[in-house]
Amino acid sequence: MAEPLDDYIDAVSKALALPVEEAWRPAVRANLEVSLRLGRLVDEFALPDDTEPAPIFTA
Amino acid sequence: MTTKPEMTASEIANAVARGKMSALDATEAALARIKQRDTLLNSFTDVTADRARAKARAIDADIAAGKTVGPLAGVPFAVKNLFDVAGLPTRAGSKINRDLAPSQRDATLIERLEAAGAVLVGALNMGEYAYDFTGENVHDGPSRNPHDITRMAGGSSGGSGSAVGGALVPIALGSDTNGSIRVPSSFCGIFGLKPTYGRLSRARSFPFVASLDHLGPFARSVTDLALAYDAMQGPDADDAACTTTRGLEPTTPLLANPVSDLRIAIAGGHFQKNLFPEAVEAVSRIAKALGATRVVDVPEASRARAAAYVITTTEGASLHLDRLRKRPNDFDPAVRDRLIAGAMVPAPLVDRAQKFRRWYRAQLAEIFKSVDVLIAPATPCTAPKLGQVNFNLDGVEFPVRANIGIHTQPISFIGLPVVAVPVPLEPLPIGVQIIAAPWREDIALRVAHALEKMGVVAAPSPKGF
Repeated sequence: MAEPLDDYIDAVSKALALPVEEAWRPAVRANLEVSLRLGRLVDEFALPDDTEPAPIFTA
Repeated sequence: MTTKPEMTASEIANAVARGKMSALDATEAALARIKQRDTLLNSFTDVTADRARAKARAIDADIAAGKTVGPLAGVPFAVKNLFDVAGLPTRAGSKINRDLAPSQRDATLIERLEAAGAVLVGALNMGEYAYDFTGENVHDGPSRNPHDITRMAGGSSGGSGSAVGGALVPIALGSDTNGSIRVPSSFCGIFGLKPTYGRLSRARSFPFVASLDHLGPFARSVTDLALAYDAMQGPDADDAACTTTRGLEPTTPLLANPVSDLRIAIAGGHFQKNLFPEAVEAVSRIAKALGATRVVDVPEASRARAAAYVITTTEGASLHLDRLRKRPNDFDPAVRDRLIAGAMVPAPLVDRAQKFRRWYRAQLAEIFKSVDVLIAPATPCTAPKLGQVNFNLDGVEFPVRANIGIHTQPISFIGLPVVAVPVPLEPLPIGVQIIAAPWREDIALRVAHALEKMGVVAAPSPKGF
């Protein structure tokens, strides 16, 4: 049975021309789940609209 | 005069400068130790014996001619193999990079150590492309812990930790993106300095995460750590992140200054969770020795660790995108699969992580208005067994590889200077982070030096050699 992230992995794999062999898929999916879980933790934190990112470009 | 294995860099430099020992003898002794012990430790990937002998002879000739020599005259050192070494391809722990042309020029930090008289004896094993906390490497085999060779040296600067912990060389260089100096220091029972982000030049080293990468030294004493650090300071136009606003700020003359005037606190919250008893004991010993009782909560440190993770996996993926397309089967599969997943993280999450980083930096700046030093564990535990996959933190099973750095990541995330100090517990040592405000490496080193003088921290002699 396909896992919820499989369609997303297939789509990004095509968009970036990045190969994901079937044997690698469970590990890629598991790593992506961790990254997205930690990303959500960051996303949930409310920041003012005018917050600058840490690296600021200097012309 | 022959060198004892645990002779410090400052002892060697003094003996060489005073004519009590030749630089060549110091170099030959290091080469002999490497030959004898590294079959067990597996810390070196390249030994630059001819180059080292030539450099040592040149130092001895200078001394014979009455010339002044540098503060590290005749001191053998080695570098993580992501530093460019003229004549070697910069493999960065990978199989792929071995196909690169040999480097034309040494990394800036090698040039600066050699300008101070130090002698490069080789390049050191590391986790592939520095995406690692274990010191294991599928291509070169694992760096092994000098106190128990069945255990991890820690990573990603595993060879650096193993070589200094095993007393093969008194000084090594490594890199730290999320903890890769502090974790091997902890597991191998040595001192490590992760300077302020932007303090030391990264020119001609192989990158991992540009906005988080730091380079720094390992040593068996605080004086050696400070000597190496001082020799490497200074601006460098070849590294865009290297400071142009701070002048040379030597720390060695300040080491013996008292610490009684410093406001020292224990990092609370995130830093008091997910710890094995030995990590709790180590922090407790340091706090007691320094008379620190105040606990300061570092707000949102767990979220800072999460943001560091997101930035690392995405910037790392970006760096390696083309190699992932063209040579995926030449990566360590564990590294490859993490990097591929990193390439798939939506961009807004990365932007939010960088914005959160600025918010978090402001919180720590506020803390450092009333505190000079924060104390925190360097690792949750002493060195795990090689190949260990999971460990139990506060009742929950976590993968070892990704979670050894949970207490280091929230600190390097905003580039604070840290000295990892070794608490010589039995049967294995463990490190504690001495964290200071940006650009105050001098304070962290002073505190480490005071702890060393008190006998609370020390690099234990390697066992089994």
